Amino acid sequence: MNINLTINGKNYSQDVEPRLLLIHFLRDVAGLTGTHIGCETSLCGACTVELNGKAIKSCTMFAVQANGAEIVTVEGLANDGKLDPMQEAFWNEHGLQCGFCTPGMIMAAKQIIDRHPSPTEDEIRHGLEGNVCRCTGYQHIVNAVKAAAAGAGK
Amino acid sequence: MATTTTKTETFVGKRVRRREDPRLITGTATYVEDIQMPGMHYAVILRSPHAAARIRSIKAKQAEAAPGVVCVFTGKDTKGVGVVPCGIAMPDLRVPQHNILATDRVYFVGHPVAVVVARDRYLARDAAELIEVDYDVLPAVADPEKALAKGAPAVHPQWPDNIAFTYHQDGGNVDKVFAEADVVVKQRIVSQRLVPMAMETRGVVAEWRGADRQLNLYTSTQIPHLVRTLVAGMLGLEENRTRVIAPEVGGGFGSKLNVYAEEALMGFVSMRIQKPVKWIESRRENFTCTTHGRGHVDYYEIAAKRDGTILGIKLKLIQDVGAYHQLLTPLIPQLSVLMMPGLYNTQNIRADIVGVFTNCVPTDAYRGAGRPEATHGIERMVDILAAELKMDPAEIRLKNFVTKDKFPYATATGLMYDSGDYAAPLKKALDLVGYVKLRQEQADLRKQGKYMGIGISTYGEICAIGPSPATPAGGWESATVKIEPSGKITILTGACPHGQGEETTFAQIAADELGVGLDDILVTRGDTAVVQYGIGTFGSRATAVGGTALYYALQDLKAKIKKFGAMLLESDDVTLVGGQVVCNKTGKAKPLQEIAGASYRALKLPPNTEPGLIATRFWEPPNFTFPFGAHIVVTDIDSETGQIKVRRYVAVDDCGNILNPLIVDGQVHGGVAQGLGQALWEQAVYDDNGQLITGELTDYALPRAHLMPWIESHHTCTPSPVNPLGVKGVGEAGTIGCSPAVVNSAVDALSPLGIRHIDMPLTPEKIWKLLAKKN
Repeated sequence: MNINLTINGKNYSQDVEPRLLLIHFLRDVAGLTGTHIGCETSLCGACTVELNGKAIKSCTMFAVQANGAEIVTVEGLANDGKLDPMQEAFWNEHGLQCGFCTPGMIMAAKQIIDRHPSPTEDEIRHGLEGNVCRCTGYQHIVNAVKAAAAGAGK
Repeated sequence: MATTTTKTETFVGKRVRRREDPRLITGTATYVEDIQMPGMHYAVILRSPHAAARIRSIKAKQAEAAPGVVCVFTGKDTKGVGVVPCGIAMPDLRVPQHNILATDRVYFVGHPVAVVVARDRYLARDAAELIEVDYDVLPAVADPEKALAKGAPAVHPQWPDNIAFTYHQDGGNVDKVFAEADVVVKQRIVSQRLVPMAMETRGVVAEWRGADRQLNLYTSTQIPHLVRTLVAGMLGLEENRTRVIAPEVGGGFGSKLNVYAEEALMGFVSMRIQKPVKWIESRRENFTCTTHGRGHVDYYEIAAKRDGTILGIKLKLIQDVGAYHQLLTPLIPQLSVLMMPGLYNTQNIRADIVGVFTNCVPTDAYRGAGRPEATHGIERMVDILAAELKMDPAEIRLKNFVTKDKFPYATATGLMYDSGDYAAPLKKALDLVGYVKLRQEQADLRKQGKYMGIGISTYGEICAIGPSPATPAGGWESATVKIEPSGKITILTGACPHGQGEETTFAQIAADELGVGLDDILVTRGDTAVVQYGIGTFGSRATAVGGTALYYALQDLKAKIKKFGAMLLESDDVTLVGGQVVCNKTGKAKPLQEIAGASYRALKLPPNTEPGLIATRFWEPPNFTFPFGAHIVVTDIDSETGQIKVRRYVAVDDCGNILNPLIVDGQVHGGVAQGLGQALWEQAVYDDNGQLITGELTDYALPRAHLMPWIESHHTCTPSPVNPLGVKGVGEAGTIGCSPAVVNSAVDALSPLGIRHIDMPLTPEKIWKLLAKKN
């Protein structure tokens, strides 16, 4: 099947097998390996990307379902070498250790402040429910989201 | 040309943000799965769905003929490959032959049976389903106590008692103190099997270069050099032509402190197909085939005087081994025995370990590796003793601590505790949590029929693993520091950080020693072709042992820099400060960059000095380090649902000197999360047929953001005398301190019902049932 989609502002037109997962399209076809596969069952959130403005888990969506969509991955966040405020906040607050969950975590975190510009700690924690981190105990991630929200509100 | 900055700013002890983060937050880091090579093929492993079965036949013809498939290998093909190694030697250790693919029999669900190699991962998976394996299913046993019972199915037919090893340790005079004690308390305590669940599953890329007889093996590991030595041995390759690279590693927690069948298997496949091959473990495989942790059933007895003085401790430890010994399996429960006296001053201990084969995936190191189990045991027992004697749990601990005037302190288990002030973190934690007030509140709540608990755990642990005689493969660590001709500095560490942040902390150490900026320094690790032999990252050792090797390499280098500086300044009285060598008489200075250039240009050399600025040290630690601390957990239990809510979590950890408080906080938080996971949610459950019924994230309950309490992390500081940095290690502290504090808190809450022990995990269902029974 031929699909057309935009990833990080770049158009892709490609014949794909109907069963090809979106995550494999991103990683293997588009060569964007920043988004990771943690569980293949949409339970860990490592594969989170933004699709038409919403955070989705790309390991349980077929590439063909994303036909026509606009996708943003972690590689698309920094602009001209300037980090997205959420990336900057994760760095400043030590919101990552091994880094494997981080791209998905940052995409989910961005969605939280899109929905709640001044999120409470409870809103942050529930917003991150679908993303597993095994390293940080989440506390520094919560701090990062708070810091990014505070920075965006300035 | 860029210049080396010279600075008087110091970095050690500061909250420096991490230097490894830019690539991780931009998605540009390279993990194993991100590696692509021309002609690369994909491997999928077919695994046993049965815990115990004879293999009657394997039919792979259809799979071999499937689209895109290059070949299928089974155990018949890999007979020439060496066995998966167990690194532990001990008397009476029974070591079953652990082939990389099953031959005539499978021993656990997930046992690798065949490997399919195809040009595409989807096609490899399709083909794996076409392989027909005819199994003769046999009875299995998945519970270690059931495996010890008479008539249990034999995991390995040659050992019908299922005993994998035994180990005995005695210290002092246990019989005497138990006979004379006023009180003896006993309890069976389970430390359940856990799944380490690193976010990145295991994965291997193998690239055989036949003309060079060279194997390049990219693997997600904590120990690249040991993997090289052992996999080269398994494949009959030359070690110097086997290159192991641990690229970015997405968490390990002990589960990647191993040498796995798949690492040798991919090497074998690449050699056979003469092409690079990639295997990425699925999450399901990660649950069923990567080592598990814990898996203890412990029978404790403590003898004490009426006044609470602990006289002696007995432990019968049943270790669930699983079907095989992995690299360190039999060592892990021995670490529990070493740690069994905890922080308490008793010289009378007796421990008997029995390691038991079960039809399950092997157990091995998982964050803390033996010490969380030991701490859980002793800290639960001390609470049980306090309850028996109607003493306050803080008071009984303070009464029994090894006091700070007793260091170095020789334990009954043969350790020498390096330094400590065990009362300090407990007193600080009691203050921070407002202990006296909380006890009053608890008394009031009890009158209203509400369950609120205050749980204390005071832990010690064994870090900086460790002196070589105490380890199976060397316990030293290595570091090379190179100052390049431009003055830029490269550090090669034999440790293999994978999230712990040594690219930053090691740069902090070097920047302060040399007086340069962090940006002048690059820390490299994880490639056996680049880095001198090293041991790796585990057991909270990278900074305490690897950082010390770095420290001494820097001292060697500083001496050489001064020699070159003195020559250039024509002075014999110089100081290295702020990235330059200064003549103490004239005040004239030569910057590091100029000195480095001169050392490589070598127009003139100081007496008895070789060109270049490079130093390598292999540092052998004289002892372990022994961090300690106190965690206090306040819980409220919902009597309607059995839900335990953590109201406060106060952690006071003493890890010696702190190089980077931001990173130390992160280690504590993450450690606590894994401890809380064990205490409240996580459990690898096998049914009686040996099926892992918590084998996916749907069924295995991990800590998630909304479940975690706010962790109030504090410290006391007792530097270690074992290394010049005064550091002790903090990677496992949170995990070790956490689970007994949580369980002690819950038991404290429910103590009015006469409850004195509950085994983990403290699920709402378990608590609700207890409440229903007691009310």
